[in-house]
Amino acid sequence: MKTLMKPFDLSQLSKAHEVRFAGSEGMEEQLPWPQFTVADLNFFYGRQQALKNINLIVPNKRVTAFIGPSGCGKTTLLRTFNRMNETVPGTRVEGSIRLGEKDLFSIPATTLRRVVGMVFQKPTPFPKSIFENVAYGLHLEHRLRRSEIADKVERSLRRAALWDEVKDKLNQSANGISGGQQQRLCIARALAVDPEVLLLDEPCSALDPISTAKIEDLLFELKKFCTIIIVTHNMLQAARVADYVGFFLSGELIELNRSKQIFQNPEKQETQDYITGRFG
Amino acid sequence: MANAALSTPGVPMQSRGLEKKQTWLERLRKGDEVVHLITLAGAWSIIVITGLLVQHLWVYSAIARHTFGWRFLFTSTWDPVNGLFGAWPFVYGTIVTSILALVIAIPIGLGTAIFLAELAPRKVSDALTFLVELLAAVPSVIYGLVGIFLLIPILTTAMPYFQKVFGWLPIFSGTFYGVSYFSAAVILAIMVVPFIVSISREVLLAVPVSQREAMMALGATKWDVTWRAVVPYARQGIMGSIFLALARALGETMAVTMVIGNVAQVSTSLLAPGYTIAAVIANEFTEATGDLYLHALIELGLVLFAVTMIINALARLLMLTMKGHEVTG
Repeated sequence: MKTLMKPFDLSQLSKAHEVRFAGSEGMEEQLPWPQFTVADLNFFYGRQQALKNINLIVPNKRVTAFIGPSGCGKTTLLRTFNRMNETVPGTRVEGSIRLGEKDLFSIPATTLRRVVGMVFQKPTPFPKSIFENVAYGLHLEHRLRRSEIADKVERSLRRAALWDEVKDKLNQSANGISGGQQQRLCIARALAVDPEVLLLDEPCSALDPISTAKIEDLLFELKKFCTIIIVTHNMLQAARVADYVGFFLSGELIELNRSKQIFQNPEKQETQDYITGRFG
Repeated sequence: MANAALSTPGVPMQSRGLEKKQTWLERLRKGDEVVHLITLAGAWSIIVITGLLVQHLWVYSAIARHTFGWRFLFTSTWDPVNGLFGAWPFVYGTIVTSILALVIAIPIGLGTAIFLAELAPRKVSDALTFLVELLAAVPSVIYGLVGIFLLIPILTTAMPYFQKVFGWLPIFSGTFYGVSYFSAAVILAIMVVPFIVSISREVLLAVPVSQREAMMALGATKWDVTWRAVVPYARQGIMGSIFLALARALGETMAVTMVIGNVAQVSTSLLAPGYTIAAVIANEFTEATGDLYLHALIELGLVLFAVTMIINALARLLMLTMKGHEVTG
């Protein structure tokens, strides 16, 4: 699948606004493949339009952050990537999204969600042991041998930088660990099924600064084998972790560019106003 | 008042009354103390009523207790004419019918609750829930009539075929006359299903969306979400509904006495007639002649109280060990 894909010109990142990169820095960067290609996407909650004509490319194996004021549609777009929005009655989606080369909406939702994992705003551990939490996704798919499951659980916990903290209490309830640990447990749970993409919906908004820093560090490791899209209200966080940043306002994508560009020299006035805290 | 004073700027500390300690009477006037007393009285009344209940059962069963001792529990003769009283057939009947009723009612009730909470469209669910809750309000004597005129004829017709297949099992052996442990258990099951459905549906609906979404985001099917995320999360509430159903089944009198046959005997076969504690008290209380007979019936009440307590405690213990297992497994 990936061999068919062509690396894209960075100037195509946000086709709707024909973003061009100033200077020649962009050319030195190794060109990534598109993980998601979104074309003319509209999304409706009943009559209300939450996303308006979105066109963008999400680069593969990079961290892309979506920022914008509450209700701007960034979470809605995120939840479209694993078709979670479909579970809400009365929603409608128009336009196309490709996952790599494939039409996203032709992939069965349950299959898609194993390829595109998701971590939510609040930690959502199941009322089970730590081990069982991570193994949950594995049980759903195929009958793995006990040892294989144990290996995958350990590997996922290591990748989520949680192994050292919980290795002695794998059989204890997941409700007994701290909020930050629970959130990393949820990341480990999503990683256990080897997803290509990890969607993070404000993963640190319920966490203290130390836990937040741990998760941010984690993202640098995770992007080696995962494409990461993170929705955040914290602009400093976006600046710290993201390679690319998309700014949304009232359901529209105002600007999508490399992180540095967005925070140092945005093209649009709205972006400038938002990141300098003049509104939002 | 106090809040308003606190938020008023510029008023000197002394005049706000912060340094003054409130007297009991002042707190009473503010209402906190009143609410505390009322709720405390409510809580104590439960303990007092339970205490009085046990005390009366204890005192008024004195003659029977002194005459038979522990033998009362384990002998099977119930012979008022000769003054011989043994509770075992009734204890046995109560436990057998209640457990069998739960065995029938739990799958049906839980299945219905899952359907209503997870699968049915909201309107259908609300309408059906209303009907189910209506069932819980039907007087038990009506269920008794349903048992006599509807259930027993159906069971009598079906039983020969059923016995052809399962008749070799001791619990389904013997001749079926209609009135039996089995009929009583089926009627009890019908009566307790609404409790299980109504409460379980509520707790299933109360499971946070985040739990469902977390499960769905792992690629779970609708059934996986229900069975592996929603039901385990609601487990405690579902258990609660089953306890309530059990309590109802143990104490049910009218419907049971109408279909169980009222014979003081102990049979392995579920198709034989029997008796329950509640049924025998209701049937024989008015015609109890002599103090021993009366005290024997009241001691049966004491036994029922104890059986209810013990079974509830066992069920709770079972739940605790299950919970421990969940976490370690």
